[in-house]
Amino acid sequence: MSAHANLERRRQAIYGWLLLSPAAVLLTLFAFYPSVATLWSSVFSRGTRRKPTEFVGTENYADLFADPTFWIVVKNNILYAGVTIPVSIFIALSMALWANGKIRARGFVRTAYFTPTVLPMIAAANLWLFFYTPGLGVLDQIGSLFGLPSVNWLGQPETALWAIIIVTIWKEAGFFMIFYLAALQTIPEDLKEAADIEGTSRWTYTRRIVLPLLMPTTLFIAVNAMINSVKLIDHLFILTKGGPSDASKLILYYIWEMAFAFFDAPSAAAMTIMVIAVLGIVATIQFFYLDKRTHYQ
Amino acid sequence: MTTSPFVKLDGVAKRWNGQLGVEGITLDIPEGSFTALLGPSGCGKSTTLRLLAGLELPDEGKILIDSKDVTTSAASDRNLSMVFQSYALFPHLSVAENVVFGLKVRRVPKQERQEKLHRALEITGLLGLEDRKPGELSGGQRQRVALARAIVAGQRLCLMDEPLSNLDAKLRNAVRKDIKKLQRDLGITVVYVTHDQTEAMSMADTVVLMKDGHIQQVGTPEDLYSRPSNTFVAEFVGAPPMALLQSSVLDGFGDDKTIGIRAENIQIAPKGEGRLRCVVNESEFLGAETLIGLDHAGATGLCVLKPGLSMIAEGNEIDINFHDENLHVFDAAGQRQAG
Ligand SMILES: Nc1ncnc2c1ncn2[C@@H]1O[C@H](COP(=O)(O)OP(=O)(O)OP(=O)(O)O)[C@@H](O)[C@H]1O
Ligand SMILES: [Mg+2]
Repeated sequence: MSAHANLERRRQAIYGWLLLSPAAVLLTLFAFYPSVATLWSSVFSRGTRRKPTEFVGTENYADLFADPTFWIVVKNNILYAGVTIPVSIFIALSMALWANGKIRARGFVRTAYFTPTVLPMIAAANLWLFFYTPGLGVLDQIGSLFGLPSVNWLGQPETALWAIIIVTIWKEAGFFMIFYLAALQTIPEDLKEAADIEGTSRWTYTRRIVLPLLMPTTLFIAVNAMINSVKLIDHLFILTKGGPSDASKLILYYIWEMAFAFFDAPSAAAMTIMVIAVLGIVATIQFFYLDKRTHYQ
Repeated sequence: MTTSPFVKLDGVAKRWNGQLGVEGITLDIPEGSFTALLGPSGCGKSTTLRLLAGLELPDEGKILIDSKDVTTSAASDRNLSMVFQSYALFPHLSVAENVVFGLKVRRVPKQERQEKLHRALEITGLLGLEDRKPGELSGGQRQRVALARAIVAGQRLCLMDEPLSNLDAKLRNAVRKDIKKLQRDLGITVVYVTHDQTEAMSMADTVVLMKDGHIQQVGTPEDLYSRPSNTFVAEFVGAPPMALLQSSVLDGFGDDKTIGIRAENIQIAPKGEGRLRCVVNESEFLGAETLIGLDHAGATGLCVLKPGLSMIAEGNEIDINFHDENLHVFDAAGQRQAG
């Protein structure tokens, strides 16, 4: 290879690294290093005054597996994810298809759907507290009109998690709808017309044309929804604090409790590592499996 | 008249918020013909076609296809196919899937679907590209997929909205011939929208020239060229278009008329023997001939053709001559006078 081309290649490489470095530095500082540090601390015991920290291998993990609360929390989170992800995606898609149609007050509808997204989660939770409060809450007020008894939605184990799930869906659906709306705008109008001339029903058009063309968006949203199903716990602090009797406790909340209420950093670290591993695996599967079936324009 | 026309538009109008779309479109299209809707941008060609397709509903008038009133029918009930300017191919489906999409929707059995697909791809020369996505095709190939999709349905009426406008000049010429041949071979009726007069004149049996939502003239290409019904048609059709003179500059035509004359009917006369004295404003070499543009106070678009390369310097004065039988006379309103 000529010296000139070599020089050019090196220049390109340096240029590439320069462009990469800000992101690389930030990610190392705030993502990779903490992850590794967490992994590190998860294999050491919790130090007390009498017993200093020592290497314990997988003992922290074993302790967790033996902890019944851990399993309740895992079960809660799986239910939480299993409901919020598909339901919020489905609602977002339906709303987007509707708000994208030729309806009156389209701008208003879009804004209305989007409002929950702009609200901070804490504010949203306070809003819902006002709905759920027994006796005073809007839900109970409406119920009492029909002679229904007062229900403590957040205060009983059977309903607490579901009440949380509904808040999350309400919060997420509008956000995801915006992505779907944006994607719908990129589908040319004449595809619909071409399908119309062939006698395609609205449903067939949606199923055979619109949904496949929305696949990249769905994939993106699904990954986001999954991450949110672990990440989004702000409302727990306001609404239930994980109670009653751990009925609405989610993993991240439990991690927070471990770390900052019980000061059991190693357990919290072990749990964090497991969450990262699971999220990583699921995201990889989603990307590789769905990617094959996704058409990118 | 023995048979009723295959497609009939009767006083069709479409307005957008009271503003002009198309107005008073009355048109008969015989079966098996090739009709071109021609006109400048925004004149309502697409609108007319979309009204015919059922993608828009008219505010007034009636539309009949095959003696059936389809004025308010859905697009799918009109038994027609359409080629869109943008092709409107489904980007996530392969060529084969795109072509048979409509057959699938109509639940045509698989065997029959395969046969029709094969034939359509054969006709359009797309065999071997079945599994490509539209994104992996060239513009011309995409255009042919759109064409294949339109003919696979086997409808007797095919609408095309500027199907060639995304192709380069050379390809356009080739595909133009293909489309024309296809139409003849299949015996289908084609309504073809274009703003390119060469396209319209070379392909169509009947040309419909439109302006501002109104039909200006309906006729064979020959009609439009040699018997333009008004000054707009005269100035639109032909390259170079017809020159228009105020009748006052010539003797014996009165004062309020407009006289049209084509470049090929004008001869350069020896100084002092011509009917008009003009100033040369440009010379354009076209290959076989040279186009000399002329200025005259009472005329627009005046020019004359000289064989071979023969430029005349700008600003020179020359005299021109022409015969009365080659003149087109338009009245004060711009309408053609008998003759
Ligand atoms: N959906 C619409 N809403 C409002 N006005 C419209 C609409 N579609 C067309 N028009 C108007 O109707 C007139 C005719 O439009 P049309 O699309 O038929 O023109 P066209 O002859 O096809 O032009 P082009 O050669 O540029 O495609 C134009 O003045 C246009 O602005
Ligand atoms: Mg158009």
